[in-house]
Amino acid sequence: MGRQIYEAVVDGILVGGVYGLMAVGLTLIFGVLDIINIAQGILVILGAYLSYALSVHLHIDLFLGLLLTVPAMFVIGVAIYWAFMRPLRGRERTSMSLLASYAVAIIIEGILYWIFSPNYVQLNAWYVISSVRVFGFYLPYIYLFGFALAVALVVVLYMILYRTRFGRSVRATMQDQTASRLIGIDVNRVAAVTFGIGVAVTAVGGMVYGATSGGFNPNSGYDLISRLLAIIILGGLGSIGGALAAAVFMITLESLVSIWSPNWAIVVFYAALVLVLTVRPSGLFGRQGVRLQ
Amino acid sequence: MTGPDPVTATGLLRRAAAWRGGGALVLLAAVALFPLVFTNALVTTIGVDTLIFVAAAAAWNIFSGYSGYISLGHAVFFGSGAYTVGIAARDWQLTGNSVFALLPLAAVVAAVVAVPFGLVALRVRRHTFVVVTIAVFFIFQLMAFNFSFTGGTTGVSSPFLAWNPGTYNDPFYYLALAIGVGTVGLSWLIRGSRFGLQLRAIRDDEDRARGLGVRTMRVKLAAFVISAFVTGLLGGLWFYFISQVLPQSGFDPQFDLSVALIAFFGGLGTVSGPVLGALVLIPAQQYLTEQFTNDYLSQIVLGSLFLGVILLLPRGVIPTSSEKITSWRARRSGRLAAAGAAGGAAAGAAGREDPR
Repeated sequence: MGRQIYEAVVDGILVGGVYGLMAVGLTLIFGVLDIINIAQGILVILGAYLSYALSVHLHIDLFLGLLLTVPAMFVIGVAIYWAFMRPLRGRERTSMSLLASYAVAIIIEGILYWIFSPNYVQLNAWYVISSVRVFGFYLPYIYLFGFALAVALVVVLYMILYRTRFGRSVRATMQDQTASRLIGIDVNRVAAVTFGIGVAVTAVGGMVYGATSGGFNPNSGYDLISRLLAIIILGGLGSIGGALAAAVFMITLESLVSIWSPNWAIVVFYAALVLVLTVRPSGLFGRQGVRLQ
Repeated sequence: MTGPDPVTATGLLRRAAAWRGGGALVLLAAVALFPLVFTNALVTTIGVDTLIFVAAAAAWNIFSGYSGYISLGHAVFFGSGAYTVGIAARDWQLTGNSVFALLPLAAVVAAVVAVPFGLVALRVRRHTFVVVTIAVFFIFQLMAFNFSFTGGTTGVSSPFLAWNPGTYNDPFYYLALAIGVGTVGLSWLIRGSRFGLQLRAIRDDEDRARGLGVRTMRVKLAAFVISAFVTGLLGGLWFYFISQVLPQSGFDPQFDLSVALIAFFGGLGTVSGPVLGALVLIPAQQYLTEQFTNDYLSQIVLGSLFLGVILLLPRGVIPTSSEKITSWRARRSGRLAAAGAAGGAAAGAAGREDPR
């Protein structure tokens, strides 16, 4: 029993790190644009399929393939922003953006079904198959590699946000759009690039998800987006540290409960969200009273 | 209303109301006669689906349209209604037409479910509210999968109805029509009432509404429960119509999305918008599904249609067109009165029905 708990915690932290990276992309988009990108889940799956196509047809290593899929997802993100999110205006913009990105998700899902069929596929490589002994039990290498890459990318994102001029304009836009515009920040460009970055991380998340989840198909996007939404709400919308902490907390909780019953694990996942929100409506790390109306 | 001539303005309004009432009656007559003209079961099936969504979207609109709280969890009530009648009919061994007596129970159970759901979810606003409704939705779907009294993955089947197959759909059609008319009537009554004004005040500025003495939690919860009551009733009816409920069909994320899109398409917070949206979108969706044998292609086309609606008619058909009409009328009357400036003011006032 103690050993199982120990395994579940290690597993939760490693997988939680990757979820954290995907959630950071989502919460960043929210912070800058006040938009929740429902398509994030299916974009993760799109990223996984891109890695799959590269590795199966061109025999490119999964990690090397990221050099191609990350820029590709960035371009797709910017394109989605320019075509579908930028034109939304007015008071209903927030709810319209939910529906517009939901529609984008439906379209991408249809295209993926069409090209790849609903059959489950999995990403394969030597580090997916062979395991390493960590802290007394065996784990496929991909868990460690994926976690390391996710942590590295979160650090890079953090450096961009807090150490560069562009990052400063992103944070300014998060605080006050009108004031940022007044001091000469090109808010539209900041928004487009942020959306691109938020989507680009799904290429990495998708690759690791595709290798660790034991099979995925276009329908897996729903499962992902509902978890990611729960994570960013729990962490407090727009809070990057909160998203990371909530991801590790939620995924660990889920893997702990699944020792007892895998079926109820995901129920506990959502119930935890609802419970936390009844006590703290702004999430664990959210700022109270910000952007309420 | 600060029109140039108050008498003309009231006259215009009265004429518009008469037109609207007449239009509603004509539409109602056409819908009521529909199954007598088109007796093909495939066509009347689409008719029943459409009417269920007319009522469901109108019920969704009573809460989400008026209060501005976008719920993507109404399938919780739909599924609860369906499971209530299914489990009750199974455990109490009801057969034949007596099962229809259970429909009010479906509505009551859904309304009871809405109370704790609302007490938790309505504490948070905007995006967070949307996500909480999605989370509660998943909890219910997973419970339906995991509990034994819901039948797990096999779901619950309805008692067999020994009706004439030729007119099998008709009772469902007229029941759905009755519920639809009742819901739209209720929506109309609420919109004009003090309660409706309180809801719309919450939508426009909740903190100010509370400052002015609106008991916001009580008002929001009341609208949520009313909306759930109707949705649960529809879930029960739908269950007998489909004759089976599964966790993924009773608690269907597409249901949540569909009612929201229908209301957005027609016009959020209007009485006629959800009706128009359902009458256009549901038959169009069914037509597309039949037209493209490739399921995925129809999904892509549907998604593109929704995107087109959102981008081209961001406020919905009814508000956009009524704005166009009032500004056109005001321009015309302004020209007649040779008072362009006053006409412009009237257009501004008339077009500002729902300030955004």
